[in-house]
Amino acid sequence: MKIHKYDTVIVGAGGAGMRAAIESTKRSRTAVLTKLYPTRSHTGAAQGGMAAALANVEEDNWEWHTFDTIKGGDYLVDQDAAEILAKEAIDSVLDLERMGLPFNRTPNGTIDQRRFGGHSRNHGEAPVRRSCYAADRTGHMILQTLYQNCVKEGVEFYNEFYVLDLLMNETDGIRKTAGVVAYELATGEIHVFQAKAVVFASGGNGKFFKVSSNAHTLTGDGQAAAFRRGLPLEDMEFFQFHPTGIWKMGILLTEGARGEGGILRNKDGERFMEKYAPVMKDLASRDVVSRAIYTEIREGRGCGADKDHVFLDLTHLPPEQLDAKLPDITEFARTYLGIEPYTDPVPIQPTAHYAMGGMPTNVQGQVLSDNDTPVPGLYAAGEVACVSVHGANRLGTNSLLDINVFGRRAGIAAADYASTSDFVELPENPAAFVEGEVENLRDATGNERVVEIRRALQECMDKNVMVFRTEQTLKEAVEEIGELRKRYRAISVQDKGKRFNTDLLEAIELGNLLDLAEVTAVSALARKESRGGHYREDYPNRDDVNFMRHTMAYREVGDDGTESIRLDYKPVVQTRYQPMERKY
Amino acid sequence: MEKSGDSGAEASAGSKAPHLITVTFRIRRFNPELSADAVWEDFTLEIDPKDRVLDALHKIKWELDGTLTFRRSCAHGICGSDAMRINGRNRLACKTLIKDITTVKDGRSAKPITIEAIKGLTVLKDLVVDMEPFFQAYRDVMPFLVTTGNEPTRERYQSDADRARFDDTTKCILCAACTSSCPVFWNDGQYFGPAAIVNAHRFIFDSRDEAGEQRLEILNDKDGVWRCRTTFNCTDACPRGIEVTKAIQEVKRALITRRF
Repeated sequence: MKIHKYDTVIVGAGGAGMRAAIESTKRSRTAVLTKLYPTRSHTGAAQGGMAAALANVEEDNWEWHTFDTIKGGDYLVDQDAAEILAKEAIDSVLDLERMGLPFNRTPNGTIDQRRFGGHSRNHGEAPVRRSCYAADRTGHMILQTLYQNCVKEGVEFYNEFYVLDLLMNETDGIRKTAGVVAYELATGEIHVFQAKAVVFASGGNGKFFKVSSNAHTLTGDGQAAAFRRGLPLEDMEFFQFHPTGIWKMGILLTEGARGEGGILRNKDGERFMEKYAPVMKDLASRDVVSRAIYTEIREGRGCGADKDHVFLDLTHLPPEQLDAKLPDITEFARTYLGIEPYTDPVPIQPTAHYAMGGMPTNVQGQVLSDNDTPVPGLYAAGEVACVSVHGANRLGTNSLLDINVFGRRAGIAAADYASTSDFVELPENPAAFVEGEVENLRDATGNERVVEIRRALQECMDKNVMVFRTEQTLKEAVEEIGELRKRYRAISVQDKGKRFNTDLLEAIELGNLLDLAEVTAVSALARKESRGGHYREDYPNRDDVNFMRHTMAYREVGDDGTESIRLDYKPVVQTRYQPMERKY
Repeated sequence: MEKSGDSGAEASAGSKAPHLITVTFRIRRFNPELSADAVWEDFTLEIDPKDRVLDALHKIKWELDGTLTFRRSCAHGICGSDAMRINGRNRLACKTLIKDITTVKDGRSAKPITIEAIKGLTVLKDLVVDMEPFFQAYRDVMPFLVTTGNEPTRERYQSDADRARFDDTTKCILCAACTSSCPVFWNDGQYFGPAAIVNAHRFIFDSRDEAGEQRLEILNDKDGVWRCRTTFNCTDACPRGIEVTKAIQEVKRALITRRF
């Protein structure tokens, strides 16, 4: 075991982590621990753009953006946070441009903007051009630009260091952050990083679904570590299904395709979104479009022999426009489906995409240990966190925005805290938990296999916790996940070595997914209403009287060692917008 | 050594689902914890020809041999983790479909598909190489925008034409497929390699940047652009379709004319 000491430790090197690192490196001695090389992070897979009311191509303002974000989130959004998001969006985009990001340009040389789902002029009148973009690789350009600036600022990275535990210790009667424990993939060595401030920016957990746009590595490592240490997880039942994943594979095809004029069609060639969202049509919010697609499929209007998908039609768009604005996704259709989008529609289905829930934070990025008490020294930003700016459903282009606005805020706040605080003493045997876990897994001789449990989990989640949910499907999910967690205790790995043991890594990741799947299903079962991405067929309406509140899930361990999940609730912050019926 | 998928023994073509084919994957294995020597190992699978090579690697790892080690993340050609040498050519495993690299006869691939680590970087285990020298070369070309004077209040302006000038080289995902396909890089690891030059190009030809001269001087070094022998391996290898050799030629021309 090695011990390192830094003022600030950032866990994860996607957009939020690197945006935080750029700020915190200027202010405090910072280390970034990342499971992947920074440029491998899944921010790079984001395509369509980053929202900001620059008003470069038409009238727009951040107040309209705030409203759209709150309405998009079906009023579960904390309105003070949404206001910050929309207001600071403008500087966030300009900061990236000045860092070198090659945005697409208007004829007069300013940043170009395009339409995106749920973003409207004047509170829902018509779609507005708010998404700042770089072709259909905006996330790639953000990730590259942030990495370039990390190189420029001399940010210190520990690449392929997998953080497995959060260390806290009680001083003056308060539980404070002491550091993290990481597993070095190359050597199998355990490292303890003592730190005054820790920022979790480790991304989402979308790999517990089978059809998913998420990378294999998005396994909720940060959320799971915090949850194990008794910290709550907020709104985990809200998971976004992106309407246009490649059929069966789940690979993302940007909403920007519809922003550029693409149309969804059923087997009769009908533009079915006109029925579900007369004003915004194909550019309604993602939860609305995903439900519409599955409604078409369930009512027998799906395409193909099994009527199990619909079409994204780009054939009416000029090939030059597709080449200039959507080169990557048209290439995906050619590579993975053998389909030429110039002439043929692309088969799509909704794909698990984004966790609205996560570690609860306030607007400074401080992680909360209950409804309002921050954990001294602990911060989170990006998909791992729940501020909550996305509420029950995130708008497209608001996540690239979120990582920049709240990544920056968390980086500054963490470094400021670190420069005015002392190190908290490490707990006794700080690496004991991780050493035990790793040794147990490596030495285990049980006959359960990671692949089988993971497959069963993903199939269970796709079947029971997807776009349409009921009491029955959720109960089935809770029960089956419980069984899978029991089976998980008997897994073994084949690779017993220390060097690059990705077999062991996948086993640990599966443990995290199981924990988070359970929280998701339990939280969803208790929310007897439909709101945003959480749709209950048995409770099809939003219920503001009983459920205008955030779910807070806690892990409880009984005296006999039995684990359970306790649910509590937290009020939604409402400032100027009263909940209204949500129509697009 | 031979291991088989699915039903244990090699299944005959008649008993499997009709869309599946039988393919042997010949993989270069190396684990210094076990042996100092690398060996080829064969795995035979029944697999959908529309599957990716990455799907085959996962099938082997998850069902036959958990010790098989490779990097991957996004699985659709954006993160750049899984560059490897497949049938002697550098490709991303997640962007290569089995059907595109094999000839099928009687429900089997005519020849094994060979998979090995990319060349020119030290192999650490199986298909995993040491990426540090690669990223060091990248860092050495100042891969970030350099400007002087006061920051503008709003964005810097850039015309469409100026933006288009370096569009191609902004696509780079740093997968190292180009650099590790370059014979000059194989022979001499000191050469910056195509990927670093591509990333220098991305800034040299960006109208907003003011450090073009410095980057050109870095690349004027004996291990810089002049080592390029224009073999086009890099262009062929790039999974993002970047015209890598052309970018290198443009940097060479800029060094001669000092115009960019």
